[in-house]
Amino acid sequence: MTTNTKNPPIDRIDGRMKVTGGAQYFADFELPNTAYCVIVGSEIAKGTIAGLDTKKAQGAPGVLGVFTHQNMPPIPGWDAPVGGEADGPPPRPKGEQYRILSSPKIHFDGQPIAIVVADSFERATYAASLVKATYTKQTARTDLRKHVSDGVAPRGEDGGNYSRGQADGYKTAPVTLEANYTVPIEVHNPMELHGILAHWTGASTLMIYAKTQGVNATQQAMAEAFKIDPKNIHVHTEFMGGGFGMGLRTWPQETAVVAIARKIGRPLKLVVNRSQMFTLVGHRPYTVQTINMGADQTGKLIGIAHAATAETASYEDFTEATVNMTKFLYACPNVSTRYRIVRLDRSVPIWMRGPGEATGAFALESAMDEMAHKLNLDPIEFRLRNYTETDPERNRPYSSKYLKEAYQRGAEAIGWNNRKLQPGSTREGDWLVGYGMSTGTFNAFRWEASARALLKADGSLTIQSAVTDIGPGTGTALTMIAHNVLGVPMNRIKVEYGDTSLPKAPTQGGSAIVSAVGSAVFDACTSVKNELIELALKAGGPLAGRQANELTMADGTLSVEREPGKKVAVSDLMQANKLTVIDKTKDSKGGPEHAKYSMYSFSVHFVQVRVNPLTGVVRVSKAVSVADSGRIVSPKTAASQMIGGVAGGIGMALTEEAVIDHRFGRFVNNNLGDYHVAVYADVPAIETIMIDKPDPIINPMGAKGMGEIALIGFAAAVANAVFNATGQRVRDLPITPDKLLRAV
Amino acid sequence: MNPFQFTRVTTPKAAISAITKERGTYFLAGGTNLIDLMKREVIIPERLVDINKLPLATIEKTATGLRIGATAKNSTVADNELVKKHFPLLSQALNAGASAQLRNMATVGGNMMQRTRCPYFYDTSMPCNKRSPVQAGVDKGQANGPSGCGAIGGHNRMHAIFGASGKCIAVHPSDMCIALVALDATVNVSGPKGDRTIPFIDFHRLPGDLPQKDNTLQPGELIMWVDLPTNRFADNSHYLKVRDRASYAFALVSVGVGLDIKRNTIQDVRLAMGGVAHKPWRLTAAEEFLKGKPATEANFKQAAALAMQGAKGYGENDFKLTLAPNTIVNALKTATKTA
Repeated sequence: MTTNTKNPPIDRIDGRMKVTGGAQYFADFELPNTAYCVIVGSEIAKGTIAGLDTKKAQGAPGVLGVFTHQNMPPIPGWDAPVGGEADGPPPRPKGEQYRILSSPKIHFDGQPIAIVVADSFERATYAASLVKATYTKQTARTDLRKHVSDGVAPRGEDGGNYSRGQADGYKTAPVTLEANYTVPIEVHNPMELHGILAHWTGASTLMIYAKTQGVNATQQAMAEAFKIDPKNIHVHTEFMGGGFGMGLRTWPQETAVVAIARKIGRPLKLVVNRSQMFTLVGHRPYTVQTINMGADQTGKLIGIAHAATAETASYEDFTEATVNMTKFLYACPNVSTRYRIVRLDRSVPIWMRGPGEATGAFALESAMDEMAHKLNLDPIEFRLRNYTETDPERNRPYSSKYLKEAYQRGAEAIGWNNRKLQPGSTREGDWLVGYGMSTGTFNAFRWEASARALLKADGSLTIQSAVTDIGPGTGTALTMIAHNVLGVPMNRIKVEYGDTSLPKAPTQGGSAIVSAVGSAVFDACTSVKNELIELALKAGGPLAGRQANELTMADGTLSVEREPGKKVAVSDLMQANKLTVIDKTKDSKGGPEHAKYSMYSFSVHFVQVRVNPLTGVVRVSKAVSVADSGRIVSPKTAASQMIGGVAGGIGMALTEEAVIDHRFGRFVNNNLGDYHVAVYADVPAIETIMIDKPDPIINPMGAKGMGEIALIGFAAAVANAVFNATGQRVRDLPITPDKLLRAV
Repeated sequence: MNPFQFTRVTTPKAAISAITKERGTYFLAGGTNLIDLMKREVIIPERLVDINKLPLATIEKTATGLRIGATAKNSTVADNELVKKHFPLLSQALNAGASAQLRNMATVGGNMMQRTRCPYFYDTSMPCNKRSPVQAGVDKGQANGPSGCGAIGGHNRMHAIFGASGKCIAVHPSDMCIALVALDATVNVSGPKGDRTIPFIDFHRLPGDLPQKDNTLQPGELIMWVDLPTNRFADNSHYLKVRDRASYAFALVSVGVGLDIKRNTIQDVRLAMGGVAHKPWRLTAAEEFLKGKPATEANFKQAAALAMQGAKGYGENDFKLTLAPNTIVNALKTATKTA
């Protein structure tokens, strides 16, 4: 494989299976004698269960058991000390840990207070409606805006502060701005609902089908919870109907289902309902941010101070990298960031696509636009005047960065020269037209991963890795990588994934999988190739006397580049050596040279909006997103991923907000009718542009991730375009019509 | 979901007899709202009577206009050539509602009978007078959860600015009904006491002290069809719906307008507004003002101001006091092709 060649676009290998119903998702699996369970959630946000009437439910038809804090089977791993629990990353606040159905204390609205098990889903649902609770209520704190001053630095993270240069250096600048930004609670809301099917196949052997982004992580979590050998736990999640982060951890109710399945001695399935997706599987945390920025008259940044305060649960600290990009995105001598969390009576958040960086980018990239306006500068020009070729946070080079080219290509594609510097100066009929742009960036990781390659004498190749495909086209990308190394035609390559029986892989997340698992596939295939070359070159071999670097491999044939006709079919070579298969498994990780570089992917988003000033309606009429994420391994699925990110970005910018009535601590729009994800009619044709230049450092493919950068920054581009269209700056997402109305 | 009995009827007579016989019986047509209400345990029927097989799905010309059967699907009505040609406002309003999938299931009668989307009505742990009326024993099937009005002092961004009461500030969610009230439709119902005709404007009611009652149907009555009188509005009709996303969202405010214009003078006009009241809100004062006047933006603004008399916000929905008149003006401009 050479990183000098662009890869051709190929169809998603599992596309046909998915659209014809052949792909099996966790809830599709049916086991004989399966029981079904339904969770009953708390109707208060803080307090204690005073009484719990389960008699009627227990007597309902088909009911096999009603489990509450009074009779929940023990989960042995939960005896572990605080900080080492199986169902969450340490550390946790002492004395407030949430263990499902372990006490009458209520920490958040929707907290499970009972799990009802029956012989059918319908009967479990009915019986669950018969469980009645009474509570001793306490006043719940659920509104972050009222409790921002209660923010605390997260434990063990540099006290949540960063600083370089002069403290508050922005104050010394001739042009300054201060602005506050709000990103509301957003909920992942994938189409597929969360759940698990647990089956104890023996006293201490377990089979699990779950909605998880990482089968190995689920395996490990359950091993710790039930104190059994991970080898005895088999987890299968080949496909996922959207994750967006909600499957990045094992949730307490999954552990509870496994415990109850053991108790009742039957396979047990849980599929939560849509409203429970708002409380039981995390969300993007409500976050308020303040940016102070100073620049000189020439458009050089003097200082930036970026402060963020986000909600977390009372029982667990959740943090994310909201302020991080401010530290390195622009050349700026004086930068400080501050990150605080407020512990509320709410269920714990979790990373949602783009995670904290998407929240932070809305603030930073809106502020950059506001400052450009103050300086009377084109927003791209302002960014170019503060462009940096080295990472100012760590004082080291970027492994690769083509952000300038991304600005230029995106600007051309959107027609940036149609943009007027003066807001509110373009009108088409009743509509104001505006253009906006923003930058996105996210870490380019290379986590440790393993993969196996099996080349058979018939010329077919099988690739194996435990990684789950949550939708981006992982299997397709791995096929391309294997094809590039071994020259096996793509229709002869089979990829097996999403199962703990396969070589270990990290959880699908952090835009890291092509880099991590792709490298392992590359290494395993390279190892197969090396063995073939060795067989060909050895004394008496068909290509004896040549050098390894003279050989090329394509279409199942090894040939000598400079001697036309001098070649050997791989199948012949293997048969001559009495080999039916060459089988290589490789562990792969980045080398020490990674420490010398800062590795990031970059994106630039451009949008054209139309705003009706009388109704406040905003329509994104054009979108162009440019990715600088190294060599693109699979152009077609990469473009799809970018399009999906932009659709999510439109939702973040214009429609998505989970609303709580703080008098009750409860959501009032916890369904897909009232929680507005962008629909097709909201999403225009999206042009994606790939810079497609390899990163020479990160991995042998030169590929960096793009799942997060597809979304990061997009909401700011929309807000900036709305400002350009109307002169109105909206700093609180989403930009709904009421925020832009002007009287006739 | 609670267990319930299910019967299917094929004649209106059997339907009326079935619903009259036992309490807790509901008609089931498209089910696009009722099934949600059952899942949320807002309505817990003892028995469902499936009326989809009634011979009421036709759309036909009459001597005075058009008759649309109660079980005609929303998508069928929206795509019907007669409707599109003579009553484009109705077609537009239908297509502005819900999603294509829902419109394929939802019926005309069901659309009229749909309940408010107020979140407090749907969450049985939160207060709602519509779901749990204060009066004891009004309808046992509805006495579910605490009473009170959660929306007053709560989240009321979607709520009423006209005709609300201290008991309820919910809005009727339909788009179709805005067109029907503007077009002077009448509703024919059949019940144990015989048949009767209800002017569309009297079909839905304001909440007053009985927010549990959405409409004026009497016990056991079945909607048979809707009659639309012939009009001269087809050339100058527009349904403008302002919502939080481009499809599959309820109206923040919507306006249905039909005008008869000759020599740039408004001969006749119909105006109705959605998303602002417990019933489809007809703008009679604005209509009266516009009759005989030229179609100008200045006149539209004055009409909008007249339409807004008596409007009242409840906090989060104060923006509707600006949005509603703007939408009226916008809709009138579009319908009259006024630049």
